[in-house]
Order: sequence, then structure tokens, then C-alpha cells
Amino acid sequence: MFDILQYPFIQNAFAAGTCVAIIAAIMGYFLIVRGLTFAGHALPNIGFAGAAGAVLLGVDPVIGLLVFTISAAIAIGMLGKAMRERDIAVGIIMTFALGLGILFLSLYSGYAERVYSILFGQIVGISQQNVLFTAVSSLLTLVVLLILYRPLLFSSFDPEVAEARGVPVNALGLAFLVLVAITVSIAVQIVGALLFFTLLIGPAATTARIVQRPLWVILLAIILGICYTWSGIFFAANGTWPVSFYIATISFAVYLPIRLLSPLWIGQQARKNIATRQGTLSSGFQSGKDEQNDATKASGRVSGISR
Amino acid sequence: MGERQDPIVELEHVRIQFGKRTILDDVNVTINEGEFIAILGPNGAGKSTLLKLLLGLIKPSAGIVRVLGRPPRRGNSDIGYAPQHRVLEADLALRARDVVGFGLDGHRWGTGFPSHKRKATIDTILQEVDASAFAEAPVGQLSGGEQQRLLIAQALLSNPRLLLLDEPLANLDIIHEQEIVALVQGICRSRNVAVMLVSHDINPLLPVVDRVLYVAHGQSTIGTTDEVITSATLSKLYGSQVEVVQALGRLFVVGAET
Repeated sequence: MFDILQYPFIQNAFAAGTCVAIIAAIMGYFLIVRGLTFAGHALPNIGFAGAAGAVLLGVDPVIGLLVFTISAAIAIGMLGKAMRERDIAVGIIMTFALGLGILFLSLYSGYAERVYSILFGQIVGISQQNVLFTAVSSLLTLVVLLILYRPLLFSSFDPEVAEARGVPVNALGLAFLVLVAITVSIAVQIVGALLFFTLLIGPAATTARIVQRPLWVILLAIILGICYTWSGIFFAANGTWPVSFYIATISFAVYLPIRLLSPLWIGQQARKNIATRQGTLSSGFQSGKDEQNDATKASGRVSGISR
Repeated sequence: MGERQDPIVELEHVRIQFGKRTILDDVNVTINEGEFIAILGPNGAGKSTLLKLLLGLIKPSAGIVRVLGRPPRRGNSDIGYAPQHRVLEADLALRARDVVGFGLDGHRWGTGFPSHKRKATIDTILQEVDASAFAEAPVGQLSGGEQQRLLIAQALLSNPRLLLLDEPLANLDIIHEQEIVALVQGICRSRNVAVMLVSHDINPLLPVVDRVLYVAHGQSTIGTTDEVITSATLSKLYGSQVEVVQALGRLFVVGAET
């Protein structure tokens, strides 16, 4: 059963998958707190169209990937700050890109295998050179993410104050999206669009419901992402079903119970806090719900001045 | 430090325009160290815009703006700012302590490292705003009043000389409203920091404010509550008949519908 680990292509899959899992978990966390998960889904698909165009023109697909994902990232970054407005923009851009992708494929007479592999991945079919390239680019991305860490976190949660404190909020948001675009372009060739998106959102969405600190969410998401990837490759190598299926399924199977059960412990924490507060402070603190009710009552009272 | 007699804020003939629309015109205001100023006025009159002007986030179309004797600029650590509060999502993976920590080093590059000094600084400020009890709680689980305390703590971490608070009393019930007003007054007096607090209601602030800056219909006026919240002054400001009525120890502005 563990014999498969001797095969070089399996070792390559483990190595590259691990790199992608680490970067995806960190980026995924920021995409989630910035309300950009849909953009995270759209960029790999947009990249697919770029790759199809590159194949049609007879150039390296990675060039098409980079051109399409970076332009889309810039467009998404500039369009609408409100989440709903931005999601609409992302949807429009993505469907347009997919339309282009289908056109490119139909114009291309041969069988565009490299393009299809961008959608569904080929992690068990990569070379040592691919692994090295993935490792180096992941390391570079990691360094950039660590440099951006605090201001990116600050501007994700509190853009107004961050801007007032001198954080270049808009430029930072754009830089982050371009970084995502570059990572997408590199990663989808290795693991495919579906798998990349799974590793991007699944782990961070799950761990954000388990722990309460940004750093812990990210670290735990990295661990989860690596576990998913390793077990996915392991199952796939011993079975006949595709890697992407296993990883996506594991991710879903872990997320679902945690999503359903998390109100239990998140609610408990709140209750515990209120108990502590009532113990330490004399004046009447109430739970959030009571306060909302009181605020509604009070709004009748303030209608005096200036209205 | 602190001995300078420079005003904290000086506005001379300031005009703010968005495109062709004039938001405010001919604003003349001088605010001194340690003063508690309430900014009042109808919705959309430019109260928040005034704060953004001081933060250097927008530029005046005309006039002179000086903060501590210098033109406004972004990233000025002499200003603490708590923007209009939005309700934080219940499942945000962020603790009260983390929100406050942004005010200390959120704008710096890199990841930063946990240290005793950093923790102690944040603990002290949490104590100052009476938020120690819920320091470790997820912010999404806190009430509006508690979240407001955190935003004020965050704004105080750079030891500012000017504190800009945008609608900190919005959506609070009367008890929490009084608590926040008392907290801000305490901070204003003990730190000798000038406070500019945007509110839509003067009543909770009546006992504590030094002066009131009232903005309406592009015009503004500043003075003590007795000078500004009068039928004569407000009628002139609104350009229509406005009546200030005192009832049950509270002030009501009647006829100021906008």
C-alpha cells in the first residue's frame, strides 16, 4: 500500500502538492476575509481561457494564463469595492473569458490536452523540473505574503482606519490580487483549476470556524491543506478515481460538520464571555441581543434633533 | 511636548466640493488642545467629510487646513480615528485584542512578532477603555457598545493629540450611550486630547462638550451649546424657520427636516 511512495511521479506529486497547499491556504484566508472567494474561483477559469488562446497562437500556455489572470485581477481590483457589486463584475468577466476559451478551443483543430489539464489537473503527471519550479515560486510568493501580512490584514478588516493610518489600501488590494493571479497561473498547470480552488478556500473556510486568531487560522489551514493533499494523492495512487475528486470530497466532508456544529462552540464562547463580564463589572452589561432591542426602542427617542 | 500653544485644528475659509456639488463652504474653525467638540447636523451635511479632510483622505477645494500647524497628511499618528461603525460579522476569526492591535502596528510591513511589551501596551489600553473582560472574545460576538470601546482603544494606541470619532453613539441604547460618552470625556480630560465627535443627537453630550460645530446646508457654525443650539442660530444656518424646544431637560430641534 505504501509502496507507491517509491515511485518518482508520486514523490513529485507529494512535493508539488505540498507547496501549492501551503500557499493556497494563506491566500485563501485573505480571499475569505476580503470577501473575494468568488474571484478566487473565477481566476483559474479565466486562466483556462488564456491558456486556450495561447495554444491557438502557438505560444506557451503559461503566457496566456498570466496575461488573462493578471488583467482580470486588475479589472476585479479596480471594479467596485462593495462586495455585491464586485461579485457581479467578477461573474461578467469570468463568463466572457470562458466564452473566449470555448471559441479558442473550437478554432484550434488539434486536441488541446494541456488546456484540458488546466481545468482538471494532472498532479500525478508532473516532472521534477515542475516540482522545482513550483517550490521556488511558492517560496517567493510566501516571502511577499509575509511582507504584506500586517497591512493586508489591517486593510482587509478595517480599510478606512488603515487608509487613515497611511496604508496604501487600494494598491495593496491590487497587489494581492495580482499575486493571486500569478500563483493561479503557476498552480493550475500543476494541480488544475478545480483542485487549486479547493485548496484555496476549503482549509481556511474550515479553520476560521475553529480558532479565533488570524495566525492560527492560517497555520491550521496549512496543516489541513497538506493533509487533504497527501491523503488525496495517496487514495488516488492506490485507487482508480482522480486526485481532484478525493481532495475536494475530503475538504467538503471536513467542512460540512464543522460548519453545522460551529454555532455550538462559537455561541458557547460568547456566553462564557458574558458570564465573566457580569462577574467582573458592576454595571449592567447585557447580551448583544438585548442591546439591539434597546437600541430600537431608543431610536424613537433620538428623533428630536436634526431630523 | 504639550507645551506648544498651537491650535490642534485650524480651518480657514475651507470649501469642500465633490464634482460640482459643494458640500461645505467657508468653514472657519479653530480647535484647541484638550477641547471636546461635538459635530452635529443632518444626514449628508458633511460631518464625516470634515473628519476625512483632517485625515488627509480628501482635499479642500479652497481654503487652508492645518492639523497641529501642518497640512493634513495620511498616516499622521497624532490623529486617532474611529470611523462610523459597521456591524462586524459574527463569525470573523478575530479577537478583540487583534482589532486593538491593528492600531499599534497594523500599518507596518512584515508579520511582526509577539512580545511582552506589545501585549502589555495593548493590555493597558484595553484597561483604559474598560474592555479587559472581553479582550480574548471574538469581535463578532461583542455588542455594539463593546465593539465601540475597541475602536476607541485602537484609535488611542498611537497616543494621538486629536481623536476623531464618527458616530460612536449610533445604534446604542441610552445606558451604553452614557457609558461611551463618559469614557470619551474621561479620555479627553486625562490625556488632554482634543476630541471631535460626530453625533446626530446633542442630548447625551450636553453635559460634557466644550463647543458644538453644527453643519447644515453647506454652512457651518461653531460655539458653545447655548450659542449654537438656539432657534435664531439654527434658523440662520438652515435658511428656514427652525425652533429649538426644551422639554424634559432635553433639547429638540423642530422643523429642521432635510
